[in-house]
Amino acid sequence: MSVDLDDPGLQAPPDSPNGHVELAPMRPGALRWNDVAIFLGAAVSSLSLVWLVYERLAPTSGALGFLICWVLTFLLVYWIVVREVDGPLVATDKLVAVGIGIVAVGLLVPLVSILVYIIYQGLHALTVGFFLRDMTGISPQQPASAGGAAHAIVGSLEQVGLALVISVPIGITAAVYMNEVRGRMTRAVRTFVNAMSGVPSIVAGLFIYAIWLLQFHHSFSGFAAALALSILMLPTVARTAEEVLRLVPDGLREASLALGSPEWRTTWSVVLPTARSGLVTAVILGMARAVGETAPLIMTSFGTQTMNWNPFSGAQQSLPLFVWQQYQLGGGAVGTPGFLRAFTGAFALIMVVLILFVIARLFGRSKFSSR
Amino acid sequence: MDVRTEREEPEIDLTDAAALAAPAGTPGEMIAEEVSAWFGSHKVLENLNLHMPAGRVTALIGPSGCGKSTFIRILNRMHELVVGAALAGSVLLDGADIYGPHHRPTDTRRRIGMVFQKPNPFPTMSVYDNVLSGLKLTRSRATDRDALVEQCLGRAGLWNEVKNRLRAAGGALSGGQQQRLCIARALAVQPEVLLMDEPCSALDPTSTRRIEETIEEIKQQVTIVIVTHNMQQAQRISEQCAFFNVNEGEPGRIVEIGPTAQIFENPKDQRTADYVHGRFG
Repeated sequence: MSVDLDDPGLQAPPDSPNGHVELAPMRPGALRWNDVAIFLGAAVSSLSLVWLVYERLAPTSGALGFLICWVLTFLLVYWIVVREVDGPLVATDKLVAVGIGIVAVGLLVPLVSILVYIIYQGLHALTVGFFLRDMTGISPQQPASAGGAAHAIVGSLEQVGLALVISVPIGITAAVYMNEVRGRMTRAVRTFVNAMSGVPSIVAGLFIYAIWLLQFHHSFSGFAAALALSILMLPTVARTAEEVLRLVPDGLREASLALGSPEWRTTWSVVLPTARSGLVTAVILGMARAVGETAPLIMTSFGTQTMNWNPFSGAQQSLPLFVWQQYQLGGGAVGTPGFLRAFTGAFALIMVVLILFVIARLFGRSKFSSR
Repeated sequence: MDVRTEREEPEIDLTDAAALAAPAGTPGEMIAEEVSAWFGSHKVLENLNLHMPAGRVTALIGPSGCGKSTFIRILNRMHELVVGAALAGSVLLDGADIYGPHHRPTDTRRRIGMVFQKPNPFPTMSVYDNVLSGLKLTRSRATDRDALVEQCLGRAGLWNEVKNRLRAAGGALSGGQQQRLCIARALAVQPEVLLMDEPCSALDPTSTRRIEETIEEIKQQVTIVIVTHNMQQAQRISEQCAFFNVNEGEPGRIVEIGPTAQIFENPKDQRTADYVHGRFG
């Protein structure tokens, strides 16, 4: 069988200089206009079908039922269409992907709606003055824009700050003891830390009330609140820090010890800096636990309407307590000044938490980590 | 700063054990006498005697699991860091038992450095800080830190490759470069002995060759004890070899010690001959 080299079918295409045919790049899994069109078309058609049957024909009513029927019908229609266009294998794959996506969106909905509702209700009292004034001399009849939460913000920051100063060194030391030193009391320490994490917040508050306020005859103060908060923060910080220290590879400890370093300096100079971002996570988790606690504050810092810069003497206000007390002022009725101020206070609390987390993350970033 | 000078060595016959001993008084001579080791109640080494002359390279060869790594961890007091570890016998560094009551483990580990099988530079420090980390961790001073870093990286064969990125992260180097960084770090504290636990087993041949060149350069000032599975490497770099072996259910022992050329060409024990000729291992 001979080959005719003059056959034009065997020649290279005229527009490629080296004889190779340029192929268009293939990106499997990328989104094409076709996919988007099928998705939207299925959504619209299932919506109209469900509206017709659910609203008009069948004796059913209610938004939740409508939504569920719409989602189920959408999935069915989408699957049928994709099966026709791309085949059953792709159809099953896309069905599961879309289903998981819908579930993910569904999970985001409560979170986003909380945020939106808080902002919506909180906008009434949200002025610059809200962050600058306190509630001195504001009567319940005055509008929501009167007064402010400056005293609560200062109090929250001071109390959480003091609680951090108390619980973070103790928590990280406990984690170092449990993981690096591994002394004889390791098991006991771990049991205590785990038990402490189950202490209800109001019990922590009662404990500090009984010991600090009654036994040692102190009055309400921000410091007492900080003590109660540190009881709640300590187990979270200690347990998370222990987990993170366990992740530091042993090879680094060995390298440091082989250079002649004593064990404590190995921990201080090698292990803790390596675990730095994880330790910051431990601190953030502890802060998250503490900053929103209300119950232990009732009987330790008690709350006040005036600004108190000194956390060591005199009752001090803080944001969760402010929210609760404003809500009570309004008697729980929607639209009252107290009610609206409470939502603004909640918004301020979310902002404070966000700023604290961002600062902590910036602090925890090692100069070499890409994260 | 490094003040030790190069000594002029006459040509030595590598099959003559007596000629392998360094001149008396050279620092870095180690002698292990009747060393035994346990993990809990399980005995892993029995009655080892080994003389590691100063300024020479001693290679420890033998099949896996016969206790070579345990032995060199005994030499720099890292064995006792394992929970339940125990040992007997004495290890002399320049005539003094490092396990004696007046010897701090941290001082011993500074004088007897170690390079591990898997490179472990500190990831939170730059290359520059990694080299000097031994000084920081032992609270030592260096009169000229830049010169010390350059000297140590030069001896480790890494200076030309990293001289423009001394502030890059220690973990950002390739495997071979990381291992040479670990060697530079170990050299920065001016040890008398350097223990190497299969330092090239995770590396490519080029990095291995560089590290062997480094060993060749530094062995005059630093006694080297190297565990290796690579027979050709042992023949290339060591003056003395110790062959470890273990039988099932028994602790590891040294079967034969001798000059490298003699161990490989004319071993006295049949088991040694079987191992070096690849009949087991």
